[in-house]
Amino acid sequence: MLIKRPADISPSEITPRSLFEQRRHFLVGAGGALAGAALWAALPRSGQAASRLPAYAPSPFSTSEEKTPLKAVTTYNNFYEFGTDKSDPAENAGKMSVQPWTVRVEGLAGKPRTFGIEELLQLAPLEERIYRLRCVEGWSMVIPWVGLPLAALLKQVEPLGSAKYVEFVTHYDPAIMLRRPVLSWPYVEGLRLDEAQHPLTLLALGLYGDVLPNQNGAPVRLVVPWKYGFKSAKSIVAIRLVEKQPRTSWNRAAADEYGFYSNVNPEVAHPRWSQATERRIGELRKRPTLMFNGYGEQVAGLYQGMDLKANY
Amino acid sequence: MASIEREKPLKPSLRTPPAAAITAIKLLVFLLCLLPALQLLLGWQADTLGANPVETITHASGTWTLRLLLITLAVTPLRRLTGLHWLLRLRRMLGLFAFAWGLAHFATYLWLDQFFDWAAIAADILKRPFITVGFAALVLMLPLALTSNRLAVRRLGGRRWQALHRSTYAIAILGVVHFWWLVKADVLEPAIYALVLAALLGMRAWWRELERRRQLAAAVPQARGNGRVVRIVPK
Repeated sequence: MLIKRPADISPSEITPRSLFEQRRHFLVGAGGALAGAALWAALPRSGQAASRLPAYAPSPFSTSEEKTPLKAVTTYNNFYEFGTDKSDPAENAGKMSVQPWTVRVEGLAGKPRTFGIEELLQLAPLEERIYRLRCVEGWSMVIPWVGLPLAALLKQVEPLGSAKYVEFVTHYDPAIMLRRPVLSWPYVEGLRLDEAQHPLTLLALGLYGDVLPNQNGAPVRLVVPWKYGFKSAKSIVAIRLVEKQPRTSWNRAAADEYGFYSNVNPEVAHPRWSQATERRIGELRKRPTLMFNGYGEQVAGLYQGMDLKANY
Repeated sequence: MASIEREKPLKPSLRTPPAAAITAIKLLVFLLCLLPALQLLLGWQADTLGANPVETITHASGTWTLRLLLITLAVTPLRRLTGLHWLLRLRRMLGLFAFAWGLAHFATYLWLDQFFDWAAIAADILKRPFITVGFAALVLMLPLALTSNRLAVRRLGGRRWQALHRSTYAIAILGVVHFWWLVKADVLEPAIYALVLAALLGMRAWWRELERRRQLAAAVPQARGNGRVVRIVPK
């Protein structure tokens, strides 16, 4: 019962924003015809990531809760590579170049391959998913992502039977990112294969109808709405199908605080603070945190018979 | 915190500014200590404290508590290093402001963060070590604030008053530990506070050791042979 609105304009027909914005140069440039000819010659035909998102359809998985304003979503971020203050990523992530960008999908796969952003955008119909995001620190947001199910990507590479986990490796460039070893760089996250293939697990390429801002993990990131936010790796460069549980960055930093699963669970406290409540950004009073961040109906089955206190 | 020693009269200079200058400096320091509160208040009204204003206020009030504690602890070493003994006359106000910011920090937690959810607050204080030590630091500041007047110095006697107020060292250590234990992974900022505190306490320990050696050297002729313990109380 997925509601899919057919795209009325194909992604390839949409002018990339970088080119769109170059019209300004055209207008201000002297000798318009000459400049125009030069611009035309410079038009890339293919292989370049689109700056504008193709059309996308709404999703039945979306919540109708009030969305967190874009300004808060883009100025209050945890993206430690760009600094550990919440305001640092918005200030520093602009240094990251996200074009061109490729994602290697490798490991225990029948057809491992590398995808460009343009290819990812066309892999499956894009959907807007308005998800709750719960940070392990005790705050939450409601964010309209645009993306495709990660399952659609994994299907393309045909995971082998021996693949049990998926490891996500993110971009790390010491020239523009934090060099202090606050976490083990590059930032690595992981999911069990069935978690990664779950229909809720989103490979996000957009936010609020536009491409992802850099501080939110451009050009492509993971969104796993029933887990604490740090599980949703940003600016992904490689996705590896592996047999053993990946060693994730936060788990390496403090294994007793950041378990591999890190499902949102109000009953299992972080060793240093309670997880029973959360502050929704924009609200003053805290609200109770929901089991699996309110996605229990869809995902509780993944953890049947598991002790969630032991597998935090 | 009253001045215990009287300074020798010298020519008016930076070392002995006239009373009016000291009053003006006190007023300035008073306003500076209040300035961050004004900024937070205006920021709250104008909604410029970021996406999570409660967190901003919590962090700012905690940071100012710690800074003022360290500034208060810097008075004695600064006096000793610069000879500006009148700095002592700012110390009580600085210490009281550290306490006031600590109270504001705690009030932010009780009210804006927890909304007086007493069960959650009690659980935090008992079960979360970083909150336990932060709370302990605040509780330890209370007797110091209450005895920060001349009457209390007279009642307690200088020596006992000084012994009580040495708990400032413990309070500052607890404050830094509180900060260190609450950060997730990046300990750079608490480490800076820890270094400053270590320097401030280290200087005291070093001077104390020098004083002990000096007294020991002076006391050796009498002390030798009779086995009495020489009590050493450095100034």
